[in-house]
Amino acid sequence: MMDGSKGFDDAHTGEQKIRNFNINFGPQHPAAHGVLRMVLELDGEIVERADPHIGLLHRGTEKLMETRTYLQNAPYLDRLDYSSPMNQEHSYCLAIEKMTGVEVPRRASLIRVLMAELSRIGNHTMNVTTQAMDVGALTPPLWGFEPGREELFVFFERASGARMHTNYFRPGGVHQDLTPKLIDDIEAWCDRFPAVLDDLDGLLTENRIFKQRNVDIAIVTEQDVYDWGLTGPMARSAGLAWDLRRSQPYECYDEFDFQVPVGKNGDCFDRYLLRMEEMRQSVSIVKQAIVKLREPAAQTDVLARGKLTPPKRADMKTSMESLIHHFKLYSEGFKVPAGEYYCATEAPKGEFGVYIVSDGTNKPYRVKLRAPGFTHLSATDHIGRGHQLADMAALIGTLDIVFGEVDR
Amino acid sequence: MSEALQLLGEYIETRRPDCVVGWHVALGELTVEIAPASLVGFIEFLRADSSCQFTQMIDITGIDYPEREKRFVVVYHFLSMKLNQRVRVKAAVREDESIASLTGVFPNANWYEREVFDMFGVLFAGHPDLRRILTDYGFRGHPLRKDFPTSGYTELRYDDVRKRVVYEPVKLVHEYRQYDYLSPWEGAKYILPGDEKAEEKPS
Repeated sequence: MMDGSKGFDDAHTGEQKIRNFNINFGPQHPAAHGVLRMVLELDGEIVERADPHIGLLHRGTEKLMETRTYLQNAPYLDRLDYSSPMNQEHSYCLAIEKMTGVEVPRRASLIRVLMAELSRIGNHTMNVTTQAMDVGALTPPLWGFEPGREELFVFFERASGARMHTNYFRPGGVHQDLTPKLIDDIEAWCDRFPAVLDDLDGLLTENRIFKQRNVDIAIVTEQDVYDWGLTGPMARSAGLAWDLRRSQPYECYDEFDFQVPVGKNGDCFDRYLLRMEEMRQSVSIVKQAIVKLREPAAQTDVLARGKLTPPKRADMKTSMESLIHHFKLYSEGFKVPAGEYYCATEAPKGEFGVYIVSDGTNKPYRVKLRAPGFTHLSATDHIGRGHQLADMAALIGTLDIVFGEVDR
Repeated sequence: MSEALQLLGEYIETRRPDCVVGWHVALGELTVEIAPASLVGFIEFLRADSSCQFTQMIDITGIDYPEREKRFVVVYHFLSMKLNQRVRVKAAVREDESIASLTGVFPNANWYEREVFDMFGVLFAGHPDLRRILTDYGFRGHPLRKDFPTSGYTELRYDDVRKRVVYEPVKLVHEYRQYDYLSPWEGAKYILPGDEKAEEKPS
C-alpha cells in the first residue's frame, strides 16, 4: 500500500513534495489534428500550462513565394489550409487584382462566391464531425464525409480538374467556366444537403455525452477576442457579430442575403452550433449564387482578358500576339506595380489575410500569409488553463486548426 | 473610405507628432511610419483613443531590405471591430538594434514576435520567451533574410546504418535554378549562359 501503512512513512512527512507532471501531447496524437506537439504541465488532471510546439509542417512557403512569379505562387495557397483551399486563393487573387486595378467579370465573381461557400461547407463538415470524433462519437464523420466533403470534391474536380488543391481562382477571374450540368448538380446537392445537416443535428445537438464534453468548456470572452486577435467563429461565439463578408464586403457578397449567427457563451458547444448554422447559411448563399448565375447579366466571360490572364485558345490559333502573350504570361508572368496591400477575407477558420509587398517585378518581394489558426493556437495556453486534460482535445477541435496554415 | 482614412491619418499625426515619421493612404489602406523608440506608447494610444480603437492586433511581420542602413521593417496590422477600420504601422530597425515587445499590450504579439525573430533575427526587448517557433530545434540562421539561400544549409535524412535521422550539409545534384524570366532589358541582373566567358577573352 502507498498510504504508509506497510512501513513506508515518507508519505506523511513534509519532505514529500507533490510536483506537477509534464506530458507530451502529440505530434502523432489523433486528436492533435495533424502535427501539433504540445507540452502540457499537469497538476493531477488539471492543465496548468500548455506550450504548443509548432513548425513540424513548416515548408517555407513565404520564402518559396519570393522566388516564383505571381502565377506560380497561386497553388501554394491551396496547400496552406488544405481543408478550405479556395478561400485562401480568394485572398491572394483579390490582393493582386487590387494592386493591378483589374476588374473581375460578373460571372467569375459569382462563381467565386459559390465555390468559396462550398469550401466553407466542406471545412465546417470536417471540423464539426472530427470534433465529435475527438469527444467520442464515431458516426458523424462516417455519415458526414460522403455528402459534406466527398461530393463537393467531385464538384471541384469537375470545375477545375483537381479534388483538393484546385488552383481554380486566378488573378482576374476563375480558370474555367462551370458547365450548366454542373450548376444543376450543385443545385440538386443543395436540396439534399440540409437533410444531412438535420441528421448530424439529431446525432449531436441534444446528445448527452456530446453536451457534457462541450458545454461550458473553453469559454472565450469578448476581451479574449480583442487580446488574442481571434476572428471568425471564435469571435462570433463570444457574441461579436463580426463577419468580413458583412462588415467589409469583398467580391459581390453585399448582394447576398445571409445571416451572421453569433454565440452567447463562447464555449465549445456554441462554436459547434455556430458552424452548423453557418453551413445552412452557406447553402442558402450557394442557391442564391446559382440563381444569379442563370441571369442574363451573368453570361459573361470568366476571366478579365488582359495582362493578367491568358488569351482564349481560339485566338491563339489565329493571332500571333495572343500566342506571344500566352508564352510570356506563363514564363515571365505579369508585373505588379510597386506597393503593398493587405487583403483579408472571411475564411472558414477566421480572417485569412495576404500581405503582398511588390517591387514592381514579376515576383513578390515579400508575402506574408496571415493564418487565423496561428493566433488561435497561440491562445490555447490562455483558454485551456485550468481545464482537464481531456478538455484540451475538445478545445483544439473547436479552434479549428489545420497545420498547413499554422506552420506555413 | 479613403477620405475617412485621410482624416484618421491627420488626426493620428496631430495627436502624436513625436511618434509619427510619416503616413500615407494607398490602395484604400492607411500606413503610419513611426520611430521604433516610441512603439509601445503609440500602440497603446491607438488602442485606447476613442476615434482609433484599434483593439485587435491582426499581424506582425517583417521585411528585409539588405541594402538599407535600417535593414528590417517591422510591420504591424491592427483592426478596429467597433469602428470597422484598419491601420498598418511600420517601424524600421537596424540589424544590431532591438525593438520593444508588444506582449504587454497585446498578448498575441508573443507568437508573432517569436516568428519575426525566427525568420529575420529581429530582437524584441522585453519579450518573455523569445524562442524559435517555426524552424527545427537547433536551427541556425534566419530563413526569410534575403541573403539566406532558398535551399537552406542543412538537410536531414534517415540513416539506415545508424538507425536514426542525421543532419548533413545540403548537397544539390545540380546547381539551384533561379528561374528569372524577367527580360534583361527590363531590369533583370543575371548572366546569360555563355556570357561569363566574354570577360575571359582578351579584348
